[in-house]
Amino acid sequence: MTAIEEHALTLDPEEARRVRQERLERIGRWLLPLAIMILAIWLWDRICVWNDIPKYILPRPGVVLQTLFDDAGLLFSSLLVTLKITFLSLLLAVIGGVGLAVLFAQSKWVEMSFFPFAIVLQVTPIVAIFPLINIYVDNQTTKLLLCAWIVAFFPILSNTTLGLNSVDRNLRDMFKLNGATRWQQLRYLRLPAAMPYFLGGLKIAGGLSLIGAVVAEFVAGAQGQSSGLASRIIEAGYRLNAPRLFAALILISFTGILIFLVLSLISHLILRRWHESALKQER
Amino acid sequence: MQEKVAQAPASASGKGPMLLALRGVGKIFSNGVTALSDVDLTIREGDFLSLLGPSGCGKSTALRLIAGLATPTSGLLDWRGSSSFDRSNIGFVFQEPTLLPWADVFDNVWLPLRLKGVSRAKAAPVVMEMLARVHLTGFENAVPRELSGGMKMRVSIARAMVTKPRVLLMDEPFAALDEITRFKLNNDLLELWQDERFTVVFVTHSVFESVFLSNRVVVMAARPGRVFREIAIDAPYPRNEAFRTSPDYAALCRQASDVLIGAINSTAGPHHDGH
Repeated sequence: MTAIEEHALTLDPEEARRVRQERLERIGRWLLPLAIMILAIWLWDRICVWNDIPKYILPRPGVVLQTLFDDAGLLFSSLLVTLKITFLSLLLAVIGGVGLAVLFAQSKWVEMSFFPFAIVLQVTPIVAIFPLINIYVDNQTTKLLLCAWIVAFFPILSNTTLGLNSVDRNLRDMFKLNGATRWQQLRYLRLPAAMPYFLGGLKIAGGLSLIGAVVAEFVAGAQGQSSGLASRIIEAGYRLNAPRLFAALILISFTGILIFLVLSLISHLILRRWHESALKQER
Repeated sequence: MQEKVAQAPASASGKGPMLLALRGVGKIFSNGVTALSDVDLTIREGDFLSLLGPSGCGKSTALRLIAGLATPTSGLLDWRGSSSFDRSNIGFVFQEPTLLPWADVFDNVWLPLRLKGVSRAKAAPVVMEMLARVHLTGFENAVPRELSGGMKMRVSIARAMVTKPRVLLMDEPFAALDEITRFKLNNDLLELWQDERFTVVFVTHSVFESVFLSNRVVVMAARPGRVFREIAIDAPYPRNEAFRTSPDYAALCRQASDVLIGAINSTAGPHHDGH
């Protein structure tokens, strides 16, 4: 079908215009943000030069990049600490979120009883909860993990719960007619049906777990107990080491973007054959 | 498709032994709507029985009662003296194809067997044979969204038939298809039915479809949903394109159509506010 369309030799002006438009859009999607980014960095550099801003207030981009290389050992080992917390908490969020969602799906009563608690946990700012965690939990890693988990698990829980409950009624009847057990219905019908919802929640949770990890480190780092990127930022702030502060900040941003892209890719790979969200528009 | 000239015609008026009788069956929903009222209906083994009627006449409800997806408020279902029937003897085809969108054609057809614990390897010959019967050989690895509406419905029929049920319940299965596809699926369904000799209860709102397919058409009326009249379609099987354009077919359609109009008017009652 598409082969025929591609080999069509004569396109009317309207179709030709559309093909051109599509090609432009495809290039523009990458080129435009890149161009704006380069422009912004250039402008940043110029502002520093034009106004003679000292580097402990606003370092030039080149200096930040140089710091990133010079302090690579320190910064990347800190990044590793933060990443460890991020991914562990994301993993726990997946286990906890999906586990609870499956539990909720077993009975409307369970869901009605416990869902409000999840909401309470979600809407209370983690910075406000942390002092409590600090009192009750001794182990540093556990503290951070718990914090990041509380921030990250909710979107997975709420999305997966929604997905498990959004199964087509006829499909449910079909399983019933075929004498499916509760477990079979979960395994072959509800879990696959919830997959797109879960993956949507996972994408949000990925970013949140990084935020959770950094925020937790900030609060913990204020007490000088952490070695993650956040504590590097606090440290650099105290010492007016703006270049390192910027370098750490850039590192966190890139990590966040990378997490989002990887999770988007995973989502696309899993859904590409069947789900509307992953299908290329045909017209 | 090849004509099966040599095949003996199936009994036209369904003289088989009784399979199921609905005795005084009524269904009232919790919102107070009387979906069915005092329905008496006997289904015989090997019947191709159509439930024909306007929307709201309870034909889908009747089908769900037979399938065991709902229970009657009054009356009883008599499966040859027993009030229940082994569900594995029932195949159900919904109005929409109702396929698992993430699973390919093979897995969709395998599902009923899989739920009964049949392994992929063991199910494979049965599934492939069923796919061949609905003319879908070569599509076993396609996912539903890659198929046309008619092909999806074929998968749905294959899935319903893969357990070799004795009763096939169909709830307006072809209503959403274009006419050319519907005719083709009608022909293929009849062919399958003649080969396997299962019993079909077919819900439709199309006079032409019901007459073409069935040996018995039960016309239903609405508000409350009830059996209005039964028409025997005494045309021999196999029925094919020639039958579709024959004067016999036209006459039977006219007869069924008249009864249906009677059923619709009976609903309107003295107020004449029908359709």
